[in-house]
Amino acid sequence: MNYAAVSLTSREEIEVHRFSWPVSLGIPLLAIFIQVFFPLRLPFLSIFDLPLLVTIFFAVARRRPIPGMITGALIGTVQDAWTSLPIGVNGIAKTIIGFLASSLGVKLDVDNPGSRFLMTFTFYLVHRVIYVVIVLALVGGNEPFSWGHTLVAALANALLSVVLFAGLDKFKQRM
Amino acid sequence: MENFFSRYKNPLVLMAILFVQVVALATQVKRPEGSGSAASGGTRLIRVWTVMAISPFERALVASGSFVRRNFHNYIDLHDVRQQNRRLQDEIAQLKLEQVRLQQDAAQAKRLRSLLGFTQHYVGQLLPAQVIGTSGAEQSHMIQIDKGSRSGVKVDMPVITPDGIVGKVKDVFPFVSMVLLINDRDSGAGVILQTSRLQGVLRGNPQGELHVGDIMSDEKIDVGEQVVTSGGDRIYPKGLPVGMVSRVSPDRDNEPFLAVKVSPAADLSRLEEVLVVTKVAQETAQQSGQDANVRAADILSERLPSIPKPEEKKARVPNSTAPAAPAPAPASPAANATKSAPHPSVPAAPASSAPPATATKTGAAPKPVVKTEQKAANPLASTTASQKTTTPTGAPAANGASVNQNPKPKASPTPVKKLKAPAAAEVSPTPKPAASPESPQEKPPR
Repeated sequence: MNYAAVSLTSREEIEVHRFSWPVSLGIPLLAIFIQVFFPLRLPFLSIFDLPLLVTIFFAVARRRPIPGMITGALIGTVQDAWTSLPIGVNGIAKTIIGFLASSLGVKLDVDNPGSRFLMTFTFYLVHRVIYVVIVLALVGGNEPFSWGHTLVAALANALLSVVLFAGLDKFKQRM
Repeated sequence: MENFFSRYKNPLVLMAILFVQVVALATQVKRPEGSGSAASGGTRLIRVWTVMAISPFERALVASGSFVRRNFHNYIDLHDVRQQNRRLQDEIAQLKLEQVRLQQDAAQAKRLRSLLGFTQHYVGQLLPAQVIGTSGAEQSHMIQIDKGSRSGVKVDMPVITPDGIVGKVKDVFPFVSMVLLINDRDSGAGVILQTSRLQGVLRGNPQGELHVGDIMSDEKIDVGEQVVTSGGDRIYPKGLPVGMVSRVSPDRDNEPFLAVKVSPAADLSRLEEVLVVTKVAQETAQQSGQDANVRAADILSERLPSIPKPEEKKARVPNSTAPAAPAPAPASPAANATKSAPHPSVPAAPASSAPPATATKTGAAPKPVVKTEQKAANPLASTTASQKTTTPTGAPAANGASVNQNPKPKASPTPVKKLKAPAAAEVSPTPKPAASPESPQEKPPR
């Protein structure tokens, strides 16, 4: 069993997980598929950002920044391909989230439902801020920022992450 | 140095990945019009791969869902099909009546357009498509349809529903296309307010709302006014329904203008099937080549009074529902000639010598029979816009606009102006007796 760098947390040993190739490839694609297909029938589902949740999950489970960044970059880029925005907006935002999540996973216990809730809530807000900054500063677009809507969306995604991460835990493989 | 890279490996990799993406982003932002051009070759490849990887599953899921739903509905629908059939029959009867009225209006509009040499764009050909996906993001309003370049879809083709416009095709792949909805912030369409006839540009915003811009604040716009396409953007054909004005307020960001919010006619959040306008028919309302070769004498013989043949007389009398105007009838064609004289030689015709028998053609009749073959009254409904209007029994002379006695309006505006005064003065010295169908002066022709 490999161990990641021990941080100032109460836990001295933090497990590092890996995933099989079908899971690493299939779950992000499935998340994007669900993200683009189901809002067609149920428009309110577009409040969820499944690709972001999957990015966070893989990053904190692997606890290695570089795979976390690459996973975020790839998922974000594929997600951008479905939108009218230039490719790279979600890619940049999710790359940073992947880096932060994997760095955080090294230092904190992120297997607890409570910590998962707080972590996803925070990362959603950070992701949204990064997204708006990119659109405003780099793309030159007009992106309104509503705190009320953003907080509700962050809450919804955090709640979903607790359930989703518990289900995805079954695909984890110990290194 | 090696120590430096190993120590800061993660931040360096992060910066490298971000740098690559920022450069890619800058390339696209620099050339925003390149979404369908070579400027976005690299990013287009990413879009193609992504769409190719995921869209087959979407298509399969939509197709299987449709199959199950269709079979289920087929069973359910049998329960009330008889009652529904009766209701639809009644509706058809009402629509037929409405159609007659609309055909007359369309015929009139066509005649007026022909006088102006007006060019009209119609929806020429429609391709039904099924919506198989969305962008999945709240900030981007796009849908995917299950028709691509193999079906003839091209970039910038308008996409509509029977309720109203939906958007335009943004990206085309072999079996799938991406449609930019009209409520997306990157979307725009030329529109016109149906009552006030004000023109503006319809734009979406990040919240998915529609606004009409470029309308001055001193204009009066009523809430509930219909908005249709103006055709000025060269994408959407003119006259397609867009929506309804739902709010009018001063635009604080753009002070002298109004902020006109529009509710879309099509339900953009629940689209299942759409129609891609693959061909826009263009019709210039001018005289056709065949009409142009008609001799002035032939036109005159059509319009001016003449002696009917005996058999023609016999045939006409039993069919006529009302007697035509007798002696003063020549005034009627003459007055008509002043409206749409086809040729400068019109005044030279022996109008005054003609007997009044042709009053059945040009004079008054209580019930004009208007036979119309027209397909393009509604731009959504037709492609060819071919139209023929004949008035076999004539029409009220006073109402030349509603039913024109001249079945082929061939005149250009210029000769009309030249001939107007002399024709009326020379040929029609007496007032028209056939102004009203109920006129007591009307008698059967002798």
